[in-house]
Amino acid sequence: MAISESDVLAGLAEIVAEETGIDAAEVESAKSFTDDLDIDSLSMMTIVTLAEEKFDVRIPDEEVKNLVTVGDAVAYIANNS
Amino acid sequence: MNVVITGLGATTPLGGDVPSTWEAALAGKSGVRTLDNDWAEKYGVPVTFAGQLAVRPEDVLARPEIKRMDPSAQMAIVATREAWADAGMPEVDPERLGSVVSSGIGGVWTLLTAWDTVKERGAARVLPLTVPMLMPNSPTAYVSLELGARAGAHAPVSACASGAEAIGMGYEMIMSGRADVVVAGGTEAAIHPLPISAFAAMQALSKRNDDPAGASRPYDVSRDGFVLGEGAGVVVLESEEFAKARGARIYGRVLGLGMTADAHHIAAPEPNGAGQTRAMQLALERAGLTPRDVSHVNAHATSTPVGDMIEARGIRGLLGAHADEVLLSATKSMTGHLLGGAGAVESVFTIKALETRTAPPTINVTEPDPELQVDLVRDTPRALPSTGDLAAINNSFGFGGHNVALVFGTA
Repeated sequence: MAISESDVLAGLAEIVAEETGIDAAEVESAKSFTDDLDIDSLSMMTIVTLAEEKFDVRIPDEEVKNLVTVGDAVAYIANNS
Repeated sequence: MNVVITGLGATTPLGGDVPSTWEAALAGKSGVRTLDNDWAEKYGVPVTFAGQLAVRPEDVLARPEIKRMDPSAQMAIVATREAWADAGMPEVDPERLGSVVSSGIGGVWTLLTAWDTVKERGAARVLPLTVPMLMPNSPTAYVSLELGARAGAHAPVSACASGAEAIGMGYEMIMSGRADVVVAGGTEAAIHPLPISAFAAMQALSKRNDDPAGASRPYDVSRDGFVLGEGAGVVVLESEEFAKARGARIYGRVLGLGMTADAHHIAAPEPNGAGQTRAMQLALERAGLTPRDVSHVNAHATSTPVGDMIEARGIRGLLGAHADEVLLSATKSMTGHLLGGAGAVESVFTIKALETRTAPPTINVTEPDPELQVDLVRDTPRALPSTGDLAAINNSFGFGGHNVALVFGTA
């Protein structure tokens, strides 16, 4: 079942807020996980693991490095779930 | 070189901080309650009560902190923040600031919950922070991160003596010149069906399911085992020179440390308590004191049929007739046994007892063991001598034959 990008963004923002304390409203498509949101690699892997379960999607380890911005992750999840 | 105590922090079954914990202890309250879960029905866990925290870390820490730390580290951070603020947040060179915060068991909730995840949802669902959460040095590492402590971060492990050993190691760090300030203590969060089942399998736990608040009864003739508790205690230690230079309020002093090993049995204490007594003796010698200088003992006394009297006989043997004038307190009667947190929380009690010149009570002793030959403080607090320098011993012993005695003194 396909999920809309806006639903993915909302769900992903919820995970990021829960794990890092960043305000969910700050989790915007154009922002970089590392440069803008200051998320370290362990936190990124935690977010990925939780997103895989939440959206029933598999995000291979080699794919994670391509998910630079929030929008990259939203698009990947929406296209693969 | 002298080591002084300038900050205290705790979260215990009696209260979420030191003032509330101490007030409840002086009032002789029990922090032991029936567990609100289905472990007995679901798994047949034979003990249905424990000394559970009065204030959950979830209620005081930020949500991401809860997600990133095992409960044992969360409790250590709660106690550390209180102790550090209480000490007036000393300005100290990070390379002269140390952390020594121990746990007896480590991140048991994280470990076992992650194993449940593997079994139920597969290995891919295991979270990447699992290892830094379950490692037993996680609490001391988080304390080091919190305060920027770079002189060293340690976590000596000696089962139920861990918290006392940590304070001892913090004292040594300052005495040896490695640090000016050390945040030291112990923490434990092991109220989980597996540790309860395992301690029960050793016949170590009280099975007084119908009377949780009365279950921890050190020295009482009907004692039947210890009561598992959870929580953390943390003290801020400083060299006296450093503390005085910054005008710090001084609660008391660490005067001596004695550590020995029984080399007798992996779990049972050596029957005549020689190793325990030698730890107390060494601590007094190091403090430059004689048994006559001791006014108060906070006993390890966990409420087990064998252990309590081995320690009590050792205290009597060491102090002789002077034991009649020493006020003995067994605060586990109120908190339960905090394992790796016990020695630290009981150090906080001992320091508060000296500061306020008041020995806290031992509750639930309706009929003292006839063999007990030390003056036990029962039900209500009792006054320590109102003038002069006072010294007190805090004992902690752990499975494995670890014996730690700390001697504290008034400011």
